[in-house]
Amino acid sequence: MTISTTDIREKEQLISGSEAIAIACAMADVDVITAYPIRPYDTVMQFVSKLIADGTLSCEYIIAESEHSQFEIVKHASAVGARVFTGSSGVGWFYAFEALAVTCGLRLPMVAMVGNRALDDPGAFGTEHNDALAVRDLGWMLRWVDTAEEAMDAAFMAWRVAEDPRIYLPCAISTDGAFLTHSQQIVQMPSQEQVDEFLPPYDRGDFVLHPDNPITIAPQVNEDWLIEIRRQTDAAMRRARDVIIEAQDDMNRIFNREEEDPFIEEYMTEDADVVLVGMGTLSLPLKVTVRRLREQGKKVGFVRVKWFRPFPAPELQVALSKFKAIGIIDRDYSLGAPQNGGVLYTEIRSALYDVTPRPPMIGFICGLGGREVTVDSSTEMFDKTFEVAETGHAEEPLLWIGVRS
Amino acid sequence: MTTTNTLPLIRGVQNSPLEEYYTSGHRTCQGCESALTMKLMVKAAGPRSIVLGSTGCMYVANTTYYSTPWVVPWMHTQLGSSGSAATGTAAGLKALMTKKKIKDEPINVVSFCGDGGGMDMGLSAISASLTHPEYNHLVLCYDNESYANTDIQASGATPWGANTSFTPPGKLHRIMQKRWKKNMAAMMAVGHPGVRYVATGCASYAVDLMNKIRKALTLGGPTFIHTYDPCPKGWDFDPMYSHELGMLGVETGIWVQYEVEDGVISLNGPSRMIARGRRKRKPVYDFLKRQGRFAHFTDEDVDYYQAKIDEMWEKWWLPGIIPINPEEGLQPPPG
Ligand SMILES: Cc1ncc(C[n+]2csc(CCOP(=O)(O)OP(=O)(O)O)c2C)c(N)n1
Ligand code: SF4
Ligand SMILES: [Mg+2]
Repeated sequence: MTISTTDIREKEQLISGSEAIAIACAMADVDVITAYPIRPYDTVMQFVSKLIADGTLSCEYIIAESEHSQFEIVKHASAVGARVFTGSSGVGWFYAFEALAVTCGLRLPMVAMVGNRALDDPGAFGTEHNDALAVRDLGWMLRWVDTAEEAMDAAFMAWRVAEDPRIYLPCAISTDGAFLTHSQQIVQMPSQEQVDEFLPPYDRGDFVLHPDNPITIAPQVNEDWLIEIRRQTDAAMRRARDVIIEAQDDMNRIFNREEEDPFIEEYMTEDADVVLVGMGTLSLPLKVTVRRLREQGKKVGFVRVKWFRPFPAPELQVALSKFKAIGIIDRDYSLGAPQNGGVLYTEIRSALYDVTPRPPMIGFICGLGGREVTVDSSTEMFDKTFEVAETGHAEEPLLWIGVRS
Repeated sequence: MTTTNTLPLIRGVQNSPLEEYYTSGHRTCQGCESALTMKLMVKAAGPRSIVLGSTGCMYVANTTYYSTPWVVPWMHTQLGSSGSAATGTAAGLKALMTKKKIKDEPINVVSFCGDGGGMDMGLSAISASLTHPEYNHLVLCYDNESYANTDIQASGATPWGANTSFTPPGKLHRIMQKRWKKNMAAMMAVGHPGVRYVATGCASYAVDLMNKIRKALTLGGPTFIHTYDPCPKGWDFDPMYSHELGMLGVETGIWVQYEVEDGVISLNGPSRMIARGRRKRKPVYDFLKRQGRFAHFTDEDVDYYQAKIDEMWEKWWLPGIIPINPEEGLQPPPG
C-alpha cells in the first residue's frame, strides 16, 4: 500500500479518520509512538509512518512485538515526560489489557486510538464497541467520534485534557472500523499556530522520572493506601468534566469551530416526540432517517453520545427527560446484563433513574460485527420507540435489530 | 543515539565506590542474593540512572509505600514488561533530548526482572528491546530460579528436579520438575546480533558483576545481563551460605560466568579456569546436598544431574554456552 504525502498546511483536506489523527500527531509534536498491526486501527500507523518518512512528523517510532509491549512502551515514555500516542483494535486492545489497566493507576496521560472492532473468534473485522468499552471502569476517558474532522479535534482534546495536571488520565478515541478509519471526508484544518495556542506542552512536573527527581513510582501499597489512591483517581475523573468544558470552549474559539455541547450532539430534537440515542458513525443513517421521517410528519430526533467517560449523565438527564420515549442503540453487547441490554442502554437507564418525568425506554442491539445500520433498520427502531411512547412502556425492553431469524 | 556514561572499570574491591544507591528500607529475606545484586547494580551504575523493576520479590519486598531503598529514580513495571520499560524509558529520553525538550546528557536506563518475569513471560519483550540499537539500556534478569515472590513456583529457570510449591515430590512422582533450565544469556547473545554486550554474573563475584554492569552501560545500545542469585527461601538453605552457594554453582559448572562483548565471547573467573583445564569442576553433589529443594534426590537423580552438567562441558560446541554442534565438516570458528 502506498500512501500519498499530505501537505498538512492545506486548509482543507480530503482524509480518513485515521489520517486525520495521524496528522494531529504531527501537529501536536508527539514524542513517542508505538505501532503493532491489527485492522482497522493500523491505518493510522501507516499514515504516521509515512509522515515520519517524509519528515513531517519527528518522533521515536517503535514497532512493538505485541500490543502488550506497544502500550507498555508508551506508558514508560510518558513517565519520563514524553507526549505519546498509540492505538489498537479488538483483540489487540485486549492483548494490551494489563497495560491499559495500570496506566490509569499510574496517572499517565496516554492517548490511544481504538479502531473499534469485533472481538474474534469467530473472525470479524467489523465494528463493535466492546473493545474500547471494556476499560470503562478503570479510569480511561473514552471519546466516540463520528467524522474525520471530529477525530482530529478529539485527538487534540485528548492530549490537552489527559495531560492537564488536574487530570493525568489516559484517553482513548474510538473510531468505528471501516466507517471512519477508512472513509474519507473533508476536514477543515487548524493551522499550526492555532494548535500550539490550544495545546500546551506536556509537563509532568514533580512526577517526572529523571535522575534530577529521584522518586519511587508505584510502590506496593496494599490495603494501607490503595483505596485512597483509587479515590484520587476517581476525583481526577470527576474533574475531567470541567476540564473538557474548558478545553472545548478554547477549541471553539481558537479553531473557529461551531459552538457545540462538548458531551452530546442533538439532532432535530427540539420538538421531537421520540429520539434514538447512539454513539459513533451510526449517526449517518440515523440522521438520514430522521430527515425522511420528518418529511412524513413524524417528530423524531437523534442524540449522539460523544464522551462515554466521563459519562454525560447531567446532559442526558436534561436532554432526554422531555421525550415521550427514547430508544438506545448499542453497537455492543453485555450478555446477562439487566434487561439483557447493551452497555450504553444500561448506563443511560441508570443515569435517568432520578429524573422526573422519566421517559419510557427501549434498547436495541444492532450493527454488530460491522453489519451496516441501514435506514430501514433505523426506521424500524423509531417505529418500535413510537410504540413505547404510545403504551408508556416497552413490552420487550431489548430488541436485536437486523438479525437473521 | 543519545550518549552513554563512561563508567571506568573498578580495579579491586578496595577501589569500588563507597556511595550506595540501594540502601535501607527494603524487607527482603536475610541472605537474599537478589537484594545484593540490586545493590551492586546501582552502585556500579551510579546516580545518573533510572531503574525500572518488574513485579517479583525485588518489587514487592523492596518498595513498600512510605519507604524505598532506591536513592535513584525507580518505577515499577509489569511482570512481563522489563524489555518494554527499558525501550519506553530510553525512547522517551531520546525523543525529549533530540527535540531539546530536556537537557541532552547521558542517563543510564536499567530495567530488571526476575527469572519468571524475564525468561518466561517477558521473553518476547526483552528480545524486542534488544533489536533497537538506537536506545541505550540494560536489561538485568536476576535469577533466583523460581517465581519466588508468589511462594516459590517453578519457572523456566528452575533447575531439573527442584522441589517448588508447584512441583512437590510425591508418592508417585518423586520428580515433578522435569524441564531443563533455559539458556537465557546465550539465547539473547546468539539471537540478537546487533547487541554489543551480554553477560552472566553472580553477586558472589561482586567486582566482576559491577564491572559487567559498567561495561554494558558504557558500550550502550541495548544490553543484557543474567545474574545467578541464591535464594535462601526458595532453595532452602541457611541464609549465611548465600555467597558460598553462588560460588559452588560456578565451581560445579552448573552456572557459567561469561561475557559477549562486540561479538567476542570470553569466560570469566572459575568458569574460565575450568574451560581451560586449569581447574577441575567440583561434583554437583557438593552443591545439591546443601539445599532443601533437592533433599528428595536419590543417587540416580544426582548422577543424572551430573551427567547433564558433564554433557554441557564435554559435548557442547561452546562449553556451558552453546548446546548445539556443527555437522561433520563444519568447523567452529578458530580460537
Ligand atoms: C501478569 C501477572 N501475572 C502474575 C503475577 C503474579 N506474580 C507476582 S510476582 C510473581 C513472581 C515473579 O517471579 P520472578 O520474575 O522470578 O521474580 P521473583 O519473585 O522470583 O523475584 C508473580 C508470578 C503478576 N504480578 N502479574
Ligand atoms: S524469597 Fe528469595 S528472592 Fe525473594 S526476598 Fe527472599 S531470598 Fe530474596
Ligand atoms: Mg524468580
